[in-house]
Amino acid sequence: MIVRRAFTRWLVALAVLHGIVVCAGFFAPYDPVEQDRKNPYLPPMRLHLADAHGHLHARAFVYSLKLREGSFDQYEEDTTEPHPVKFFLRGARYRLLGFLPCQMRLFGVENARIYLLGTDAYGRDQLSRLLFGGQVSLLAGLLGAGITLLIGLSVGSVAGYFGGWRDSLLMRVAELFLALPWLYLLFALRAFLPLAVGPLKAFFLIIAVIGAVGWARPARLVRGVVLSAKERDFVRAARGFGATNRYLLRRHILPQTSSVLLTQAAILIPQYVLAEMTLSFLGLGVPEPVPSWGNLLSSLQQYSVLVSYWWMYLPTVVMVPFFLGYLGLASSLQERGETYKIEGRSVGSLT
Amino acid sequence: MRYLLQRLGHAFFLLIGVSILSFLFTTLAPGTYFDEMRLNPQIAPEMVAALRAQYGVDKPLPVRYASWLNSVFHGEMGFSFAYNSPVAPLLLVRARNTLLLTITATLLAWAISLPLGVWSAERLGRLPDRLLSWGTAALMVIPDLALALGLLVFAVRSGWFPTGGMASVDFETLSPLNKLRDLVLHMILPVTALVLSALPLLVRHVRAAVADVLSAPFLLAAVGHGIPRRTLLYRYALPAAANPLISLFGFSVGALLSGSLLVEVVMSWPGLGPLLMEAILSRDLYVVVGGILFSTLFLVGGNLLADLLLFWADPRIRTESGAR
Repeated sequence: MIVRRAFTRWLVALAVLHGIVVCAGFFAPYDPVEQDRKNPYLPPMRLHLADAHGHLHARAFVYSLKLREGSFDQYEEDTTEPHPVKFFLRGARYRLLGFLPCQMRLFGVENARIYLLGTDAYGRDQLSRLLFGGQVSLLAGLLGAGITLLIGLSVGSVAGYFGGWRDSLLMRVAELFLALPWLYLLFALRAFLPLAVGPLKAFFLIIAVIGAVGWARPARLVRGVVLSAKERDFVRAARGFGATNRYLLRRHILPQTSSVLLTQAAILIPQYVLAEMTLSFLGLGVPEPVPSWGNLLSSLQQYSVLVSYWWMYLPTVVMVPFFLGYLGLASSLQERGETYKIEGRSVGSLT
Repeated sequence: MRYLLQRLGHAFFLLIGVSILSFLFTTLAPGTYFDEMRLNPQIAPEMVAALRAQYGVDKPLPVRYASWLNSVFHGEMGFSFAYNSPVAPLLLVRARNTLLLTITATLLAWAISLPLGVWSAERLGRLPDRLLSWGTAALMVIPDLALALGLLVFAVRSGWFPTGGMASVDFETLSPLNKLRDLVLHMILPVTALVLSALPLLVRHVRAAVADVLSAPFLLAAVGHGIPRRTLLYRYALPAAANPLISLFGFSVGALLSGSLLVEVVMSWPGLGPLLMEAILSRDLYVVVGGILFSTLFLVGGNLLADLLLFWADPRIRTESGAR
């Protein structure tokens, strides 16, 4: 029962996080590709309650940043005019969920600009890019995991159900895929596909590549489940009544793999989000100006950025809750499957 | 003995299989190294055609594979178009650097996680154990990329460690002892990144395996005999829990190899990772195939080592293969 509750809790937390990313247009103050060329590499603005004169304000506010005199990349706060943070105000037009035309933004300031996570080299708001980038990266993870599980399910069930030469052939191939370190395999597949393509094509390309990499482990697990499932009494009874292979697989055997698939999904999705990040970080994934979690960080490959603009690293802090959610989900699912019990105490699961 | 030969043969076929697989991948490639050459107005089309013929890129796949296999047996592993040299010597230097990183990280990660896991299993459910569980969970949810970049940011801002490469500019002028010191200094950052990324999984598995054994009756009996705690934990409990951990060893080698690919590129460690990246971007086909093959070789080697360890640690496997 407790396990069940933990599962629901993690699921709700993840749903909230993903909801924020899906509705990025509402939560982000600006468009992800909108440039503010006069303000490159702006550090994160601080939220204030007390102004320079020591007066307290009821509403949190920010100061605009201006160049410090005599420098070309050092900013300081312009304390002459506070800009109160307003909620639910009209901003630039966007399409919620890709089709609903909207103008309402969760927060923003009037007659100035607010950059809570700073800006990048083109003066684009890092927070907005982070939220919109999440759409790309998380969708890549979800779809990639979907493809993997589909391949794993079909390969595993064919190998497990029919056995014989099909089984040995498929499992040998699976062994080959398991013999490669997964990142090398990912690179190998990516290496031989076109490099310079448009954002949309690149997106589907890397989803296909990522999805094709990890099928071997789920296939093995599914095979194991199918092997034991097809010998169970009710399955044999159904076969005795003349059920066809297709009916048996669809009706009796594949439903039994659902818990394995669910657990695998919870493990695979964050891993694939990470894979997309790695590819895009190295310039092999989704190209600029479309934001993704990987190319958001890619400016950190430059030494000068590392030295001077530490806030370019901040987005990683925001990504952690997503990974935490998936880890929690995976371990609560595993705990449901097999609980390591020692002296009545649960040791917890291994992920 | 028979068991080992069997594993060795298995590893060999795996390598052959992976090489065929990676050659099959190459047919997916939409272009070759020479396509970009053709766009260069300074190179005559006849020249490109001659080069294509010389390197046999137009031949059918089986022919190319056969000639590549031939060159493997001559210790060349194909030819790098970009470096204009055989692939094997190029790869060997890089592979050595990657191995240096991965082996150090593997040893260090296990040296830390074994005592930590045992220590935690002994205190199962108590405060230190729970704190450690929280710590490993925290490490687990930080993406590898963020970990490596974070260490880099830290190094740059503190200025304590060199932030890239494998050697300082004046490396050649240093005395042997200082050379070693320089190398170690450069290794600290990438090795830390690798160890931190591998550690949580290892600690958790060690803890669970040892905790499982600790409740066994034979250990209760051992406690009753008054065997000291340390002996109990490390001479009795750990060997009994070793079986799943040895399998995990092979797995950890693979994970660390993957991790090292990323860490090498991020921290510009001159290993297989940056070379592979370069080769992918310039479509230097045989270097990519070679790099993949080397990584497979390491992983298969790690698994073979795990098999050996298992053979040595588990009498059941020894007798089983002896009886057959």
